[in-house]
Amino acid sequence: MASGKTVLSVRGVTKQFGGLTAVDHVDFDVHEHEVVGIIGPNGSGKTTMMNLISGALKLTAGQITLQGSRISGLSAQDINRRGVSRTFQLVKMLPTLTVIENVMAGAVFGHKRRWGYEAEEFAHQMLNKVGIDSLANAPVSSLTYIDQKRLELARCLASEPEILLLDEWLAGLNPTELTTGIELIKTLRSEGRTVILVEHVMDAIRSLCDNCVVMNTGQKIAQGSPAKVLSDPEVIRAYLGDDDA
Amino acid sequence: MTSREIRTLVIAVILFGLAALLPFSGNGYFISIGVTIAMYVVLSTSWALFSGPTHYISLATAAFYGLGTMIVATGIETVPYVVLLLISAVAGALMAALVGLATLRLSGVYFVIFTLGLAEMIRQLVSWLQNNLGGSRGLYVLTDLTEDHIYWELLALAAFVFLIGWWIGRSRLGFAMRIIGNDETVAAHCGINTARSKIMLFMVSGMVAALVGALLAPRWTYIEPNIAFSPLLSFEVVIMALLGGTKRLWGPLVGVVPFTILLEVIEANYPSQTILVLGIAFLLIVYLVPHGVVGRLEQSFAKFRRGGN
Repeated sequence: MASGKTVLSVRGVTKQFGGLTAVDHVDFDVHEHEVVGIIGPNGSGKTTMMNLISGALKLTAGQITLQGSRISGLSAQDINRRGVSRTFQLVKMLPTLTVIENVMAGAVFGHKRRWGYEAEEFAHQMLNKVGIDSLANAPVSSLTYIDQKRLELARCLASEPEILLLDEWLAGLNPTELTTGIELIKTLRSEGRTVILVEHVMDAIRSLCDNCVVMNTGQKIAQGSPAKVLSDPEVIRAYLGDDDA
Repeated sequence: MTSREIRTLVIAVILFGLAALLPFSGNGYFISIGVTIAMYVVLSTSWALFSGPTHYISLATAAFYGLGTMIVATGIETVPYVVLLLISAVAGALMAALVGLATLRLSGVYFVIFTLGLAEMIRQLVSWLQNNLGGSRGLYVLTDLTEDHIYWELLALAAFVFLIGWWIGRSRLGFAMRIIGNDETVAAHCGINTARSKIMLFMVSGMVAALVGALLAPRWTYIEPNIAFSPLLSFEVVIMALLGGTKRLWGPLVGVVPFTILLEVIEANYPSQTILVLGIAFLLIVYLVPHGVVGRLEQSFAKFRRGGN
């Protein structure tokens, strides 16, 4: 599905923390309706890459463009308004707000802005989509872990982003929840959304991603379909070490 | 408006109407306490507008209040009082914007210390200016305004603060502030301009505090920087707001009334122990009612309802 137009373009992106280069001259493109997985061993710079795209961190060098206009260097709120919405590796709730208000936060201030009844209606639709609309008026503290993850996803969807960033959204789920979670992302995929996901769960990568970017120690070491990159000797070496390659 | 909002509005108007009758009692002592209560209600409610949702504890009340007082004291001989009030409001908002731009990116204790230092810095600055330019430290504010007038002015300002607080609570700004208070990272990633939201609310708070200072200047007649920029005022406002509770617009009011009366009794009977009592009150509030009296009542009410079902 790489034929669609380019939504996000990452060029020569580099991030240094003092002497440590966490992300080193990485290039890749994300096309419309494409699900791109960023994978790699722990510490390879995946989450840093997500933070650079969402504006949580500033780039040391390089450029990120969204639909042709530069977003690197903008603040997180401006990047979100341009249409980049993300979940967090450690799920972040708004604990004193109700479930529906958590979702409205995305609908009211995000990329496509709504207010009042319209925002609430739309938030309900998003909760329905992730399957927890029955909990709309519950306090956030009463949610299970997967429901918190669903809620965070609904909050992101509520701003109708051009591109959705899921940072280890499936991590920490039990096997049953994992199936539910993968199904949910599949629905997003079939809706034609553009998604970047950082993931460790290989089943999810195989069944969800059109394209994978493999990172190791900050560099992109492979790119292509999941089947192709997962059989790439360099990728196997990065994950398992030299003996198994 | 929902029927509940209309009911609240009617109750509020009746209460304000009743409060406005106080000067007709003719009892100078009650009116004097009334002025003090009205002053603290306005200050702590506007303080809570900003500090309630953001959890940024501002000790800058005295800085804004003193600014308003000094503007009136400096200009009363030459400029009409109404114009001075306007200047104070604008100056308060501007100073809040400047302080906000400089400090709201700081968080937690750095913000607290900066705001505490601000009042002190301005006090020193004004003293220095007066020493070097004006000659005398003290200024006289002589007007025809009586305590009755000051009371009504403060009451009107209180109504304004409640209205603006109610409006903010329903607005996108109010919703943004609740999100910021929960998690600033999430707020930014939801597309909220966190710095601008915080600065706007801080400006409202600063403007109101400066206006209170300006309105009260005629009460003191003789004004010098040490009175205008009393750091004690900043602490009193925080304690009263926290005692009442900052989650509801009317929360601080619940703290102000008993606390002002308590302070009045203590000052009358043990004039030198006021600060000691203030300190003890602060400790008790933090330990016993961390969410304020209103928060406590709502907790008990919720418990009672659960028990009833």
